[in-house]
Amino acid sequence: MTGVTDISVDLDPRAPLLHVDDLHVEFRTRDGVANAVNGASFWLNPGETLAILGESGCGKSVTAQAVMGILDSPPAHVTGGRVLFRGADLLQLPEKSRREFRANRIAMIFQDALSALNPVYTVGFQLAEMFRKHRGMSRADAKRRSVELLDQVRIPAAQERINDYPHQFSGGMRQRVMIAMALALDPEVLIADEPTTALDVTVQAQIMGLLAELQRQRNMGLILITHDMGVVADVADRISVMYAGRIVEEAPVYDIYAHPAHPYTKALLESIPRLDHKGRQLNVIRGLPPSLTDLPPGCAFHPRCGYARDICRTDQPPAYQIAAHRISRCHFIREVLGV
Amino acid sequence: MSDLVLDARGLVKHFPITQGIVIKSKIGAVRAVDGVDLQLRRGETLGIVGESGCGKSTLAKLLVGLERPTAGEIMVRGENMIGLSGPALRRARRNIQMVLQDPYTSLNPRMTVGDIIGEPYVIHPDAVPRAGRNRAVRELLDLVGLNPDHLNRYPHQFSGGQRQRIGIARALALRPEIIVCDEPVSALDVSIQAQVINLLANLQRDLGLSYIFIAHDLSVVRHISDRVAVMYLGKVVETGYHKAIYEQPTHPYTQALLSAVPVPDPRLRGHRDHIILEGDVPSPANPPSGCRFRTRCWKAQPYCADHEPLLQIRQRAPHPSACHYAEVRDVLHRY
Ligand SMILES: Nc1ncnc2c1ncn2[C@@H]1O[C@H](COP(=O)(O)OP(=O)(O)OP(=O)(O)O)[C@@H](O)[C@H]1O
Ligand SMILES: Nc1ncnc2c1ncn2[C@@H]1O[C@H](COP(=O)(O)OP(=O)(O)O)[C@@H](O)[C@H]1O
Ligand code: SF4
Ligand code: SF4
Ligand SMILES: [Mg+2]
Ligand SMILES: [Mg+2]
Repeated sequence: MTGVTDISVDLDPRAPLLHVDDLHVEFRTRDGVANAVNGASFWLNPGETLAILGESGCGKSVTAQAVMGILDSPPAHVTGGRVLFRGADLLQLPEKSRREFRANRIAMIFQDALSALNPVYTVGFQLAEMFRKHRGMSRADAKRRSVELLDQVRIPAAQERINDYPHQFSGGMRQRVMIAMALALDPEVLIADEPTTALDVTVQAQIMGLLAELQRQRNMGLILITHDMGVVADVADRISVMYAGRIVEEAPVYDIYAHPAHPYTKALLESIPRLDHKGRQLNVIRGLPPSLTDLPPGCAFHPRCGYARDICRTDQPPAYQIAAHRISRCHFIREVLGV
Repeated sequence: MSDLVLDARGLVKHFPITQGIVIKSKIGAVRAVDGVDLQLRRGETLGIVGESGCGKSTLAKLLVGLERPTAGEIMVRGENMIGLSGPALRRARRNIQMVLQDPYTSLNPRMTVGDIIGEPYVIHPDAVPRAGRNRAVRELLDLVGLNPDHLNRYPHQFSGGQRQRIGIARALALRPEIIVCDEPVSALDVSIQAQVINLLANLQRDLGLSYIFIAHDLSVVRHISDRVAVMYLGKVVETGYHKAIYEQPTHPYTQALLSAVPVPDPRLRGHRDHIILEGDVPSPANPPSGCRFRTRCWKAQPYCADHEPLLQIRQRAPHPSACHYAEVRDVLHRY
């Protein structure tokens, strides 16, 4: 089943499914300009899971919203870069085509399912509307498809539950409903922004298992936004580590845990307690993430970095390619890797 | 035992469910905490884990006296806190303080940091003479790694991790022996979380504090705890030393909980036990009969529906476990 769209955009089937290139987003507010995204780049292939890992405020959600085209402007302004879907730059499309893309090709699920669903309509109505509006289905067909879909995301007694309102579902069930909504029109890319952060681990395991299964069935590209290095280790193929609005390291999942090539990634890995053995004192990353209205010159991580030297305070490190699919933005990669 | 600082027995907290506005009639009860025993020794940390709604915060509030138990006793230094009132209660409470989860909402935004940390001295004027309070507050700020010169600043001028330090300083003001921490690092980023965890560990070592440490993050709890209690629907289902709970769990719920925690090591992918629990936690207003976990338990037998399992050591369970069929199973390591 392919997404039936009426978009007159030239897509190149050989181009990467999604390629975000040097994206810049700023917020212009009374307090000044906040540089939320400062040249983020990453790409995604069908069937692949890319994790975007970073601490709160580093620009993960803003990046996702820019890709989706759902940032409020003002205050947000995309000031540079490209968002290429099969070679076509979404940032250049008129709003009407972007809307079509959003519904049919790229979908997103959010951390807070309750506020993403409309509280005044039943879950069944909200799902059926998508089929009626975008697929021109009859009321009866749309309802049948909605039940099927809720069944697929394993809502028990879906036939009855479609008449319930979002607040009548538990947190985990709501997240399933949101997944159903996002997948209704068979998108090729799914962006999941902290989909399980608000849930218990037992429910998180259910949801992550479900997402992986649906992804496999549909050969969908998945961008998983998270701050949890455990979840990443469990599900991602590749990782992009974000700091102060930039991807500072990008690597296949096995490499990054075994040999992190950026001081920030390395420090993060050393600062988390482990479930499988009891450690001693945790390593601490000193200080705080920088203020986005006043980013430090040079490498944005330098005030907190144990490897920093003079050059770090003046020169922004370029993206060094250290192996196939491995990139690190650090002047002293060899030292960090210990080679 | 002389080094026992806290000994709680048979703690129960039922919140009535009422109907009607003018004439309220009780139609049921939320059994938030339903028969919990716990002991804490000097210098020890007891971790408490369990899913959302299982009664962790309610238990914490009972221990510090913010809620009155429906039944049970809380012995602090051999004195039952429950029977106390007036000045005797206030004095007893000094010894057991609390640190809360949310550094964004648990501090009064209109008070300076100095006033927030010094507030316990206003409530307990005999703790530190008025003339010494300013100095005491500065010492506390220093103790938790904040600049004593910042005592006239307001909470919004501090980051999340710094606010959590302020909360810790306030809890330390009355020199308690026991601190109950309810999700003290849950709202913090990983890089900041490590700073606060280390601070708590150092304070414990230097001041000989005892902690009750509540968290839903099982990795954090293992890191900081000597012993761990696992709660489900208002009851402790398994308890023991951290190594026993994490490496030799015997209760099906503990096993499921541990197996669901992602470990930051991709090499373990596909090499760990994954026990996926179906469904959600039942309502504590109407817990299942017999064993409360039976509606989600993959080992449940008909017997479990009629017989409530006691928390005790069993043939195949070397530490207390509330399951008729308790049996050790390592779910963390490579197989
Ligand atoms: N004041 C109250 N009145 C009625 N019910 C309450 C009250 N406080 C708590 N409860 C109920 O008691 C149960 C236990 O709540 P509690 O806050 O102790 O859970 P918890 O384990 O701390 O959960 P979380 O992990 O979400 O913090 C829940 O079902 C909750 O809804
Ligand atoms: N509407 C907005 N106005 C001003 N600043 C914003 C707005 N939305 C986000 N930001 C800022 O952009 C930065 C990145 O935010 P976000 O992408 O949400 O971070 P996260 O990585 O936690 O998802 C943050 O500093 C945030 O405060
Ligand atoms: S460039 Fe310098 S400051 Fe930045 S991460 Fe590398 S060593 Fe640290
Ligand atoms: S007593 Fe029965 S239902 Fe309860 S945990 Fe044990 S096997 Fe499962
Ligand atoms: Mg976000
Ligand atoms: Mg709680």
